[in-house]
Amino acid sequence: MKLIYFAWVRERIGKPEEEVELPASVATVADLLQWLRARGEEYENALQQPQVIRVAIDREHVDHAEEIAGAREIALFPPMTGG
Amino acid sequence: MTGAVQPMVRIQRDDFDVAAEIARLTAGRADIGAVVTFSGLCRDEAGALSALELEHYPGMAEAEISRIAQEALARWPLQGLVAIHRYGKLKPGENIVLVVAASTHRHAAFEAASFLMDFLKSRAPFWKKEHRADGAEGDWVDAKEADEEAARRWKR
Repeated sequence: MKLIYFAWVRERIGKPEEEVELPASVATVADLLQWLRARGEEYENALQQPQVIRVAIDREHVDHAEEIAGAREIALFPPMTGG
Repeated sequence: MTGAVQPMVRIQRDDFDVAAEIARLTAGRADIGAVVTFSGLCRDEAGALSALELEHYPGMAEAEISRIAQEALARWPLQGLVAIHRYGKLKPGENIVLVVAASTHRHAAFEAASFLMDFLKSRAPFWKKEHRADGAEGDWVDAKEADEEAARRWKR
């Protein structure tokens, strides 16, 4: 599965995207955020307040309860500041 | 009016020309009575900023603004709708975003343009990073609760 990061999430994790193999126990967006936080200090630093992280699955906004099965691309980013 | 109105959404690095976008929307038509435009510009925050860097999620930015534009078309009787959002490094005074809404009467055009901007601010995947005039490392701009609130007021 492809993960993409933007803005300060990208800067703190230190890479714009990566391919990951998720364990079967990771079923929802919330599970994914918890799993990522355990991967290292840079992930913990980026995701320590998971409630502020916005998530899109295959380029559509989802909430943290969303199931991730079948997702091709999951993006993690801060609240948006366009306009 | 013939057929469904299709919004024109563009995500681009280059500047846009407000007058040219209005002319394109109204060319050859005699049924449009109102055109509302909104332009968002880069500010210098009293001299503190030298530029804003706009990062976006290619693919999703256009898709999300198109979804918001389709909702505006479903809510108001519009004859045309344009949304252009720039990305990259923009200097104070430069254009960032343009919305143009055309309708028979002004209320629909005003409301649709306002709706589009309110949702674009809190839903379109763009992020602004400040470049400081004194050369210090700039911060990412924080999202404002007031912008979330502005989007919520359109819920019905």
